[in-house]
Amino acid sequence: MRYLPLTDANRKDMLTAIGAKSVDELFRDLPKDALASAKFDLPDTQSEMEVERTLGAMAAKNLNCGQAPSFLGAGNYRHHTPAALDYIIQRGEFLTAYTPYQPEISQGTLQAIYEFQTQVALITGMEVANASMYDGATACAEAVAMACRVTKRSKAVMSGKVHPHYADVTATSMKFLNIDVERLAPDPFNVEDMIGRIGPDIACVVVQTPGFFGHLANFSALANACHAEGTLLVVCVTDPVSLGALMPPGRMGADIVVAEGQSLAGPMSFGGPGVGLFATREKFIRQMPGRLAGETTDEDGRRGWVLTLSTREQHIRREKATSNICTNSGLIALAFSVHMTLLGEAGFKRLAKLNHAMATILARKLDALPGVRVLSNSFFNEFTVELPKAAGDVVERLAERGILGGIPVSRFYPTYPELQDLLLVTATETNTTEDIDALIAALKEVLS
Amino acid sequence: MTKPTTASGHKGLQLEQALIFEQDTQGTTAGDLPPIPEYADKLGEFGSDEPLGLPGLSEPEVVRHYTRLSQKNYSIDSGFYPLGSCTMKHNPRLNEKMARLPGFADVHPFQPISTVQGALELIDSCAHWLTELTGMAAVAMSPAAGAHGELCGLMCIKSAHDAAGSTRSVVLVPDSAHGTNPATAALCGYAVEAIPANSEGRVDTEALKSRLGPDIAAVMITNPNTCGLFERECIDIAEAVHAAGAYFYMDGANFNAIVGRLRIGDLGVDAMHINLHKTFSTPHGGGGPGAGPTVLSKALAPFAPVPMVVRGAEGYDAEEHAGFGTAKNSYGRMKGYHGQFGVFVRALAYMMSMGADGLKQASGDAVLNANYLLARLSEEMSPAFPGPCMHEAVFDDRFLKGTGVTTLDISKALIDEGFHPPTMYFPLVVHGALLMEPTETESKAALDQFIESMLHVARKAKAGGAAAEFQAAPQLAPRRRLDETGAARKPVLRWKPSGDETSTRQAAE
Amino acid sequence: MSQIRFSKDHEWISVADGVGTVGITQYAQNQLGDIVFVEVPEAGKEIKAGGEIAVVESVKAASEVYAPVSGTITEGNAALIEAPETVNTDPQGDGWFFKIKIADTAELNGLMDQAAYDAYVAELDA
Repeated sequence: MRYLPLTDANRKDMLTAIGAKSVDELFRDLPKDALASAKFDLPDTQSEMEVERTLGAMAAKNLNCGQAPSFLGAGNYRHHTPAALDYIIQRGEFLTAYTPYQPEISQGTLQAIYEFQTQVALITGMEVANASMYDGATACAEAVAMACRVTKRSKAVMSGKVHPHYADVTATSMKFLNIDVERLAPDPFNVEDMIGRIGPDIACVVVQTPGFFGHLANFSALANACHAEGTLLVVCVTDPVSLGALMPPGRMGADIVVAEGQSLAGPMSFGGPGVGLFATREKFIRQMPGRLAGETTDEDGRRGWVLTLSTREQHIRREKATSNICTNSGLIALAFSVHMTLLGEAGFKRLAKLNHAMATILARKLDALPGVRVLSNSFFNEFTVELPKAAGDVVERLAERGILGGIPVSRFYPTYPELQDLLLVTATETNTTEDIDALIAALKEVLS
Repeated sequence: MTKPTTASGHKGLQLEQALIFEQDTQGTTAGDLPPIPEYADKLGEFGSDEPLGLPGLSEPEVVRHYTRLSQKNYSIDSGFYPLGSCTMKHNPRLNEKMARLPGFADVHPFQPISTVQGALELIDSCAHWLTELTGMAAVAMSPAAGAHGELCGLMCIKSAHDAAGSTRSVVLVPDSAHGTNPATAALCGYAVEAIPANSEGRVDTEALKSRLGPDIAAVMITNPNTCGLFERECIDIAEAVHAAGAYFYMDGANFNAIVGRLRIGDLGVDAMHINLHKTFSTPHGGGGPGAGPTVLSKALAPFAPVPMVVRGAEGYDAEEHAGFGTAKNSYGRMKGYHGQFGVFVRALAYMMSMGADGLKQASGDAVLNANYLLARLSEEMSPAFPGPCMHEAVFDDRFLKGTGVTTLDISKALIDEGFHPPTMYFPLVVHGALLMEPTETESKAALDQFIESMLHVARKAKAGGAAAEFQAAPQLAPRRRLDETGAARKPVLRWKPSGDETSTRQAAE
Repeated sequence: MSQIRFSKDHEWISVADGVGTVGITQYAQNQLGDIVFVEVPEAGKEIKAGGEIAVVESVKAASEVYAPVSGTITEGNAALIEAPETVNTDPQGDGWFFKIKIADTAELNGLMDQAAYDAYVAELDA
């Protein structure tokens, strides 16, 4: 077995040193009956080649987005991954280290986290950010829980333009904490009123820009209205590439910003692992969940970094911790940070512009099709179109033609028949004009 | 001879590296994107072109930056990492290669189901291995890490009690448990009560039984426990817990000690999370991503979170909504999309590579390695409990009594010896604990090298007169001891341009 | 002449004119190590004896501070927010946490005097 270095001779010598006759003797505390009855209907060890063959065949059953023009988003985006990014995150010193509990021999990870925290704060326009959460959806739930701790209130209002998975995860978590989450109906037509929902009993309102259906928003007035009632404003971002072109949520007065970093951190991987970005105001740091790296000095006065403010966390506070999170999403946070560093200010803004350009071209061509209507006047790289027939069927027929032409809104909202003709469409820098023309041609056939 | 000082601050191969923000050349980018076609702006009033303050670096500078940072990290690839309860075992590169197959990596979670049959099959295969290895009825695949899996288990338990109209409000957790256990129970709205350990480092079964009653919702027990010992009376405990109408949650953080030998379903367990990044070799990545699939008994399975992969006549399907179909009684959703899919690919590659026979050998070698450490190190150190242990050995600080040297000092001295220290001061029930988990992927030669260093350090401490030297350790690492008190008193959590202390605050107002 | 009393949770209370000044003892600060953060209550807050009223944190530990008696907070020591290390350097002086208007001075009788507290601590250290 290629991952096990001990030889039989080693085992024998070690048993002698221990004073045991057999390895089984070391398991003597395990219940005898359970040991005897344990049978596993599983194959025995396989060589690298055999495993590659089986898993390769399984992977080949999927239509991957490199094989088909794809226009999928809804919180999970296909962006270009620079070659240097994957090289760096595969370096064993990053890949095979753990949480930097011993700072003297973990400065690489700690400095990278500190740079990540700064980058997240800069692009969101916030004061501080943590070392990451599991993903955008769980970060959103943590934000609502934190808002309840800060305000000592137990009610939240969730916009109908927040990603439904973020809303689901938040509602699920809060149900168990007896926090009441009022979820507004899905809002593809951009009609909901958030300001009217604020009140002195509301811990936070949760909104998203670009919204789930693609709409852009300026939450400045909403932020002011929130703060007048002591309510916090939580802003979600599902594709942080948008922050290269849009006003940062911090500038609008957000109190907590959460985002999904996957779009800048490598492949989609069928939706996971991702990385939750979490940023807030300095005055709330002790109510913040998750790990934090902070700057300090060593005994020789040299600059260095440590994990800090750990007393918020479960290993010290136990049942009074701000969260139960322990492992977060370190390597994906590193990937995000590496990508941001590769892009820099100029590259980040250019990437955002290119995304927007491709989306506007796609929107113009879709809007020109008979019976097809783009729902929002302003958008970033994703928008909703209304089709003359059920979007679910259209998507299936496009897939038959080798095109991944968007996501039917009904997949998220099966109980809203009035949304069944809506299709969520995304274009990124990975789409070419040829991809777009292929989609338009295929749609013409399918809709005719 | 004194060590030379250098103008650069570098010390030979130990290269100092500034922050990316201090290497900024405005306008530089390593991103080389195609030209932007002509387009009509649709950002309207929401667009912004204001500077964000991100630094610009070229690709060679970026690669060098992260290469130098990486060289300041200790890792399993570079050396022995006996960090108890974290299971730092070898991370096979085949796992990485498989996760990067375009058919797994370049797949979107909302493609039509017909185009992702292989991805759903992968989740289903991974689930099959996990339920088969545990003898449990079902597995919820979506929890993102161990603590998230605990939460999944407790949410299932709460949902089951709610469905039965029961309003039980207390969860019992042993003193020796990971902090995540009480934190998780609190997130489900439960009050937490501690159960004491007995002098052998195991749960005090009588104390536990006497506390069982109509207010107890669940008992959470780590098995093998954080002292590296198997809870011998777990079947007895499970029966008592069930008789009292409560559920038995087993923390599976240490499942690697028993995998392939014992099905936890035979112990009466109702729920257990499995850290794929521990038992099944997926990389820890400097703190994640992990994955915490949670196996469930028949009683709890109906409440599992969505999404669920469903095997049908025409292939695989996914139930994505609670309240529908097979997820009729699901308590909801706890993670976006399908969970940590990329981690599932890695774990399945490992499980297939090892096979049932290899996994049994792995737990055997892990326990053998730990007992070898326990036996050899007992020569100079004080084991907290008599052997045999399971996959990890815990020592207390009695051997340091009167030396002026602490557990922390010993750990820092091990850094100078070229090893990652064991877990320190955990479990809390052992005074000055040093918790060592060698894992099965270390050779006897590697263990012998560590033992030699550890014994050397212990002897030096016990010989006396070395306290000051110990307190000065580490001296050979990229940094000496860092001022954690200063870091916590005046937190500096991000870089700011010099002389611009308030810029970000103003920007946020 | 003020009177100093001690709780089993290592709080001290010094009483003058029906108002108690409360902090943590020398022993408590020593156990916690370098204090990095203190949260003190706002004036006007009412609290029952034994209730959690303040928080004190070192790098590796966090601890609640309990009200030794019932009453109404008249002042929290705001200076500790900027200089939590004062709790280490002068725990029973400038490192006080809050002042409390005592609801029932009889509750003081349930606390230890200096001699009893010293004996209590000596027992813990044994």
